Formats: sequence, C-alpha cells, structure tokens
Amino acid sequence: MRLNYPPNVRIVNVPCTGRVDVIHLLRAIETGADGVYVAGCMEGECHFRNGNIKAKRRVLAVKKILQEVGLEPERVEMFNVSASDGPRFAAIAREMTERVRALGPSPLRDPEVCAAWMEAAQ
Amino acid sequence: MKAGSNLEKVFTQGHFAVTGELGPPRGASVEVIEKKAGYLRGVVDSINVTDNQTSVVRMSSVAVCKLLVDMGLEPNLQMVCRDRNRIAMQSDLLGAYALGIRNVLCLSGDHNRFGDHPQSKNVFDVDSMQLISIVKKLRDEGKMLSGQELEGVPKFFIGAAANPFGDPFEFRVTRLAKKIDAGADFIQTQCIYNMEKFRKYMHIAHEEGLTEKCYIMAGITPLKSVGMARYMANFVPGLDVPDYYINRLKGVDKKKQADEGIKIAVEQIQEVREIPGVKGIHLMAIEWEHKVPEILQAAGLLPRPSVN
Amino acid sequence: MVVAERKPIEEILAMVADFKKVLLVGCKGCVTVCCAGGTKEVGILGSALRIARKKQGNPLEVVEHTLERQCDPEYVDQLAPMLAGNGFDAVLSMACSVGPQFIAKKYTIPVYPMLNTTFIGGALEHGVWAEFCQSCGNCIIHNFGGLCPIARCSKSLMNGPCGGSANKKCEVSPEIDCIWHLIYDRMVELGQLEKLRPVFPIKDWSTSRDGGPRKIVREDLKL
Repeated sequence: MRLNYPPNVRIVNVPCTGRVDVIHLLRAIETGADGVYVAGCMEGECHFRNGNIKAKRRVLAVKKILQEVGLEPERVEMFNVSASDGPRFAAIAREMTERVRALGPSPLRDPEVCAAWMEAAQ
Repeated sequence: MKAGSNLEKVFTQGHFAVTGELGPPRGASVEVIEKKAGYLRGVVDSINVTDNQTSVVRMSSVAVCKLLVDMGLEPNLQMVCRDRNRIAMQSDLLGAYALGIRNVLCLSGDHNRFGDHPQSKNVFDVDSMQLISIVKKLRDEGKMLSGQELEGVPKFFIGAAANPFGDPFEFRVTRLAKKIDAGADFIQTQCIYNMEKFRKYMHIAHEEGLTEKCYIMAGITPLKSVGMARYMANFVPGLDVPDYYINRLKGVDKKKQADEGIKIAVEQIQEVREIPGVKGIHLMAIEWEHKVPEILQAAGLLPRPSVN
Repeated sequence: MVVAERKPIEEILAMVADFKKVLLVGCKGCVTVCCAGGTKEVGILGSALRIARKKQGNPLEVVEHTLERQCDPEYVDQLAPMLAGNGFDAVLSMACSVGPQFIAKKYTIPVYPMLNTTFIGGALEHGVWAEFCQSCGNCIIHNFGGLCPIARCSKSLMNGPCGGSANKKCEVSPEIDCIWHLIYDRMVELGQLEKLRPVFPIKDWSTSRDGGPRKIVREDLKL
C-alpha cells in the first residue's frame, strides 16, 4: 500500500502506547506542537495487556491540564488503530490535521513561525 | 427515683408514657416556640427539644428547654456530641440542671456535612455512649469527669436513642445493652415503620432482660404525605419504610393523604403497645405539632396521667 | 505515608502571577509514592506553568529540582547554592506541607505550597488512596480488630456503629464504608465479638493535636 498522510505529522515511535506519559504530551505542546495524538492498538488488543487503556487515561489527564492552562483540550487525542490498518492510520492523520488546522496554530509557537503558517494557510 | 422528673414518675408509676418533640426555630422567635408548645401542652409527658437537628443551626436547645420550663412544661434536653467537647458538655449540663431541666437525651448527632454549615469543624470528643456515662457520673458520683467534686449535683433522668433498623442488625441489641450499661434510664427509638423488624428487635431485647433495666419508648413519626414517605424511605439513612405504607398513601386521594397518615400512626401506636417491653411512645410529628392532640386522642392516650 | 494532591493549576497560577522566575522543588519521600510531588509531577507542573504563562505572553521561568526529602534539614540545605544569586522570586514546594515550612525556615525567600496535604493513608489500588490514621498519638486499633474508628468513622465513634449505618455504608456518603460495620464483621470473623460488648472508655486526646503541637525527642539518636 502506498498511502498518503499529511507530511506535517511527525511520528515518535514507542514500544507500546503504555509508555507514553503525561509529560511527553505536555512537552510536545510546550515546545510548540499544534497538536499531538497517541495512536494505540485497538482496545482489548494490547500486546502488553492494557497499555492503550493507560494511554487513554493519560491523554484525558493532559486534556484536563490544557483546559486549566487555557489551551484547547482538542489539541491532544487518543486514537485506536490496528497495526495492520494502514488506511485508518492515514485517515486518523488527516482527521487530526484537519482538527488542529481548524483550531489554528498553537499560541506557544514563536510568532514568526505562526505568521509563516498563517501565510501558507491563505 | 433518680431525677424525679415528670417523665420518670409516669414510668415508675406504671403508666404508658408519651413524649413529643419540638424543633427550635431557625431564629430568635419565642412566638414560634410558644405556638408549637401550645399544641403539646397537656398531651405529652415530656417534650424533647432537638439540638441543631440535621446539623442546621437553630435556637439553643438549652434555651428552648428553659422557655418550656417557664411555660410550665417539662422538657427533655437533647444533647449531641458533634458541637461540644467534654468541657462544654459538662458545663451545659450543670447549667441546664440549674435552669430546671431534668431529662437529657444523649445523642451522637447528625454529621455536620448534612447541614447548613458543612464547612464547620466537628468535635466528637466523646461519643453518645460516653456522654451517657458523663451524665451518670455527674449524677451518681457527684463528680466531674476530672474527678472534681461538684458543688451541687445535677440529678438527670438519662435518655438515649436506639435505631433498631441500622446495620448490622445483629449488633443493634448489643448496642442497646451497652447504652444501658453506660447509664441510660430510658430509650427513644428511631421512627418505626418496619414493625416486623422492630418486634424481632424487642423480642431479643426482652429475652436478654434489657426491657427490665430501662424504659423503651417506640419512635413514631406520622407520614404527612406519600412524598414524605418516599423521602424517609430513600434519603434518611438507617430508616426502613416498607412499600406497604407508601402504597397505602398512594392509594388515597392527595387531600386525604394526611388523614391516612394519621390513621397509620394510630395503628402503629396500637401495634407497639402490644409489644412486650415497650413502655411508651416518642411521637415525632415533624413540623406537624398541631396534629399531636388528634393522633393521641385517636390512639386512646389522652388524658395524660397526673403524677406526683 | 502522607498522602497529598496537587492544588488546582488555576490557584497556583494566581500564586505566581507576579513572578518571573521560580524554583519548583519536588520531594522523593511520601509525595513521590503517592504521585503528587515527585520528579515526574514536578516536570508536569513545570511544563503546565510554562505553557500557561507563555500563552499569556508573560513567560515564567521554572527551574525544576527534586530533593531526597524536604522534611530533613540536611537535604533542604542542598538548595543553598541554587538560591544564591540566581534571581528566583519564590520557591514552589511540591512536598507535603512540611517541605515549604522547612524551606521557609532556612531561606529568606517566599515559599508556596503546591500540594494540599490531605491525610495519612495508603493505596487501595493504583491511583486510589484512602485515609487510615488521624495520628491521635495513642493507637487503640487492636481493640477494634485492627481497624481505626477514630480516623475511619465520620464521627470518630468508639462505640459504634451509629444509627446511620446502612448496607455497610456511612450515612455521610455511600462512598464511605461504615468502618463500624467492618469492625463488627472482623470481630465476628476473629471470634472476638464479645470484646465489643464493654463500653469503650472516653479517650485521652492529650496525645493528639489537642494537646498542642507535638514533638518526639530521641536522645539515643542525637549526634
């Protein structure tokens, strides 16, 4: 399969989404990511028992923190996608990209980067 | 005679006793007390005055008891462990006796989280059983908890509450026995609706000889409406209201529900009178004091005995 | 252990509103175990504060550091080089409330508590803690099957259960077990129900906080 997904998505590999912690998602936001999402295995299909369930709870914790600090909680999300389901992986990348584009650039980005982003968007 | 209160005399002379209840106002109005007391005058042997019941701030129970004494009525001072430490309790007890109060009912008290000041700090220095023992020590030893001899001994007739419907049921009679050991002279029970369970409770208490050691009064609260019955069933912890009564109230016209409630209360009074060991009733007509004479008349409990 | 939880970020942001640079100090003691103020939580709070302030256009410099413990002077002393001339406006302590007090005693700089110290307790499961002790200073739990009615009964009854006990739950909330029902069950299980028969005597609270702030002196341990 030669599936396309938006080039703005940068993938960070982890052995299991259970390894993803609150601080990892926060650091991504803090350093200027417009959005960050976790793509875990389907629920009930974790190779390490329940890593994806843990990841889901942590994503919720980050959403709460973002709300508290005045950012849109929608900038972080948890998705479940089977490792063999390439089309869904690409669809999620597009969905999240569209969602984040609608929210606009992160206010934590450097102003010059934001200006360039807005220009490009127009 | 331990205290010589009217209530104690009614019991010792073998009469079936009746106590009423008066909830002090949420304010400083004496008129409210006079009005409620008026309904109870001459129809009950003693009037319980609640102590900030449900943790809602109301006029001091000691003050209201004194007002009743001045009106020629006999109060039964309720005292809870929630708001006073042992210093305040002993002090208030001495003061209450000096004001002519002769009966005291020792309670743990509803938790302050329920009331109108849930932010308050609670005390619970002693529990209800230990409070009973304090009143007994004052009376029988003439000493404070510290061992200090009293200048003037308060001779109280000591009451306690019992809830036959709390869990675990198996321990409820033991707890009654503990209260009697601590010094309770009389017991007023929680409102009784599940008559079968109450009979079972009284049977065990009677078998264990507890009914010989103290006067047990069955708690009766008339149901004003089906709404009240549902509320009591669902929201008052440790209350057991069988569907039978809810259905009975539901079965009559809304305007007739109060009458049906009174009818039920009268039936309940007649039922508890048949139970061995029940020496009286405690009628808690919550915000319905004016119906007390009617209920007691219908139950054949009027006039009240005059004792000396 | 001492169990604590982080204050709401909104409250913390209000505390640090006027500051430009703060030292956020964690503790590797109890609050690490109860996931409230260890290295990890310091990282999360530090990041959250930076995000919030950057978004406001008023950046806050948060320097993160976690001490072995904040309730021993020898560890608190380790902050000295960091606090010397680095321009910190305040220290934010993520320890239980002992930590900020130890830091305040040692250094002339405003100190703010980041946690609400909640109770002495233990973990019922991962992520769930409950209160087990009220530190009354005179343990009596052996009389109650090893369960504490002082800390775990809403009314601290020594002769419970009260009339509000229903279905093993406390009248205060269905979330709270009626400890007296559990004590009863346990005594039945141990075949010691008769031990609950005597009236338990009035407690001496002088060993508790009611006797004033407490202190333990162990001459054998002094240096």
